Amino acid sequence: MKNFLKITSIIISLLVFSNNSVAAEKVEYLKTDWSFKGLFGKFDRGSLQRGYQVYTEVCASCHSMKYVSYRNLAEAGGPEFSKEQAKAIAASFEVVDGPNSDGEMFTRPGKLSDKFVMPYENVKAAQAANGGAYPPDMSVLVKARGGGVDYIYSLLQGYEDPPIGLTLDDGVHYNKYMYGNMIKMANPLSDGLVEYSDGTQASIEQMSKDVTTFLMWTAEPHLESRHKMGFKVIVYLFILTVLVYYSMKKIWSRIETEV
Amino acid sequence: MSEKKTNRRDFLFTATYAVGAVGVGATIWPMIDQMNPDASVKALASTEVDVSLVDPGKTITVLWRGKPVFIRRRTQDEIAEARAVKLDDLKDPQKDEDRAKDPEWLVMLGVCTHLGCVPLDQKGDYNGWFCPCHGSHYDISGRIRKGPAPTNMEIPKYEFVNANTIKIG
Amino acid sequence: MSDHDYTPKSKVGKWFNDRLPLLTLANHLTDYPTPKNLNYWWTFGGILTFCLITQIVTGLTLAMHYIAHADMAFESVEHIMRDVNYGWLIRYIHANGASMFFLAVYIHIFRSLFYGSYKSPREIIWIIGIIIYLLMMAAAFMGYVLPWGQMSFWGATVITNLFSAIPLVGEGIVTWLWGGYSVDNPTLTRFFTLHYLIPFLILGLVVLHIWALHVPGNNNPVGIDIKKPSKDTVPFHPYIVIKDGFALLMFMIVFAFFVFYTPNILGHADNYIEADPLVTPAHIVPEWYLLPFYAILRSVPDKLLGVVAMLSAILILAALPWLDTSKIRSAVFRPLYKQFYWILVADVLILGYVGAMPAEGLYLLIARVATAYYFIHFLVILPVLGFKEKTIPVPLSITEPVLGGSVNFATAKNKESTIDK
Repeated sequence: MKNFLKITSIIISLLVFSNNSVAAEKVEYLKTDWSFKGLFGKFDRGSLQRGYQVYTEVCASCHSMKYVSYRNLAEAGGPEFSKEQAKAIAASFEVVDGPNSDGEMFTRPGKLSDKFVMPYENVKAAQAANGGAYPPDMSVLVKARGGGVDYIYSLLQGYEDPPIGLTLDDGVHYNKYMYGNMIKMANPLSDGLVEYSDGTQASIEQMSKDVTTFLMWTAEPHLESRHKMGFKVIVYLFILTVLVYYSMKKIWSRIETEV
Repeated sequence: MSEKKTNRRDFLFTATYAVGAVGVGATIWPMIDQMNPDASVKALASTEVDVSLVDPGKTITVLWRGKPVFIRRRTQDEIAEARAVKLDDLKDPQKDEDRAKDPEWLVMLGVCTHLGCVPLDQKGDYNGWFCPCHGSHYDISGRIRKGPAPTNMEIPKYEFVNANTIKIG
Repeated sequence: MSDHDYTPKSKVGKWFNDRLPLLTLANHLTDYPTPKNLNYWWTFGGILTFCLITQIVTGLTLAMHYIAHADMAFESVEHIMRDVNYGWLIRYIHANGASMFFLAVYIHIFRSLFYGSYKSPREIIWIIGIIIYLLMMAAAFMGYVLPWGQMSFWGATVITNLFSAIPLVGEGIVTWLWGGYSVDNPTLTRFFTLHYLIPFLILGLVVLHIWALHVPGNNNPVGIDIKKPSKDTVPFHPYIVIKDGFALLMFMIVFAFFVFYTPNILGHADNYIEADPLVTPAHIVPEWYLLPFYAILRSVPDKLLGVVAMLSAILILAALPWLDTSKIRSAVFRPLYKQFYWILVADVLILGYVGAMPAEGLYLLIARVATAYYFIHFLVILPVLGFKEKTIPVPLSITEPVLGGSVNFATAKNKESTIDK
């Protein structure tokens, strides 16, 4: 039994370790406290709401978020805007609908059931408007990058002047956390760029944290219920394991006398 | 083996079985619930319909939640006919006033309450709708008059956003 | 099945059983005499059954929502993750379930290697097992293609291109596999069909695997033949059932931890980027459970020979019952084999590690040495060892070993301990 546990735990830790270490080359990312990490991790609602503001006012002009709907903004475990707020947010966007009875497309104010309106009609249009680089869809961006939230958080704060001797092409910027250090996105944040309605100081650091939190939520909208359910499931399994263990002892004690 | 020992063992086994059964039940539920309407389906709330071009005596059919909705602009004769019917003659007694908020407009789910076919407009013995599948006759208020269907055609939740627009759902 | 003498007590039962002997089968399964000294490494058979059923059930439910179309597959997976009731749970169980399945199957295989379970009279069980393992790899590979992310697409491209190594007909086969001139929608739909089919083939083979097992009965940590039923055996139910259940629950705790707290750690970030035929990800890596074979493939500088080496690495296992010439089953009584066994384990782990690293410099050198050793182990060491090795005397029975007082006596007698390595 002891041997068994020892060996299996070694195998599992090797598994996790190797997958982690393989992920990418080692860069030290900036660290911050993420409220959604850990067994009981939850999103910080204020941060999510502020993050949504940063996304709409800054990122959304280039980055789509095509898998997220306006109704999600009012759902439990998310930014938890009130239903009215979410409706108002949705209505502030023009959505192309149709065809109508004349066979023509028309625009109307957004509804809760609509997906986030995309800044460009398609990938080609997005590339054409951004010097050939496609600003990636942000719905699952956090999960699509090896470093996850830490990477995004660092990248937003990683703009620097290029080291001496390195000349950059037009429309290329230097970022110390970007893979290869060259990034087509210009530094999107500057202090006080947005005005938070809750009075929080909109520093670059604060905005980076908020928008990254928001991106974590869009990538994993069920993270909170996952954590909650996970705890219950593991506690349950533990109790059942103990019960089964003693049942097993009892049952096997029957043949002890025979041996 | 003493009596006491047996009891304790029984209790342990019973507890194990019970706790195990709870877990199996809890595991099965997500597998069943995943077949229920998902969040995006539930969110598909309402459809708005422009009815400005519908003449009296005509019906338009629109799609709402994957089902046809009949919107009929009734003539004065039709309204009078619908209102004149005695409740005693009805299989599923319901006043026309309760079915059409604005008597000129009848908005109802175009689904036969028998087995879900779409009834034909202006057919049947009662000057209303007739379901070709199993011969149910509906009157001009969409009430069942003859045939196997048990109830009147259903009235969905709807409202007039303005004089020309009906919002269903 | 040997116990034909069973008769149901009730009249109805007897009537039914005379026409379809299901009750005889149930009786055989519950009473099946099992060596009482099986340790926890033997519980992985039951765990694997659980894994297979979990994958089939979650797979069926996912298939109700998944759309096998190049334009919609990625989106439908996101739909499952966001909107379908418990969709995120079912998908994460299915995705991590594949890893847990392979974790369990590797433990199961290496248990067999340690205790010599593949040797006479259990060769057929072993070979069916190898076929199941091959089908598992096929199912896992095709399943990984379905979300239509970058790793799906490029993994599919790379693996299907392996067939182009076949002389003359290779290119034709690849085009045939793709249903076009690249991995595209036809490839996705056929992979989905096959991914749906294979688990049921596996299920059928598992029935044969267990059937073949029930003819000679289980091997055991001491590796000797036992009389059954006897003092050395216990009925499968309740003794083995409860023990398997206990081990399964511990396994499920680990499983649950992955599903609920680190559901993406065993996957690759690039697979959350939708497939793009114009851009290859910087590092193409298969899932962890295929890494050792991937390392073998890359360690050979020739395209055809690389593929041959990789395939041989798996197929060589089918010949194992005849490559291992030793008459003694359990490594407990084979001091030299025991050492080589652990070297092999280390070798495979090293292959897995270098398989995840870029194929260059020192990594490539290590991969080559490890690949060479892998084949030497099976083709040279095992056959020679059977003749040269001086083995420890084996007890005559589990309960009454001839060698009173030896280590083996003590451990073999203790019904639940693992044999000390």
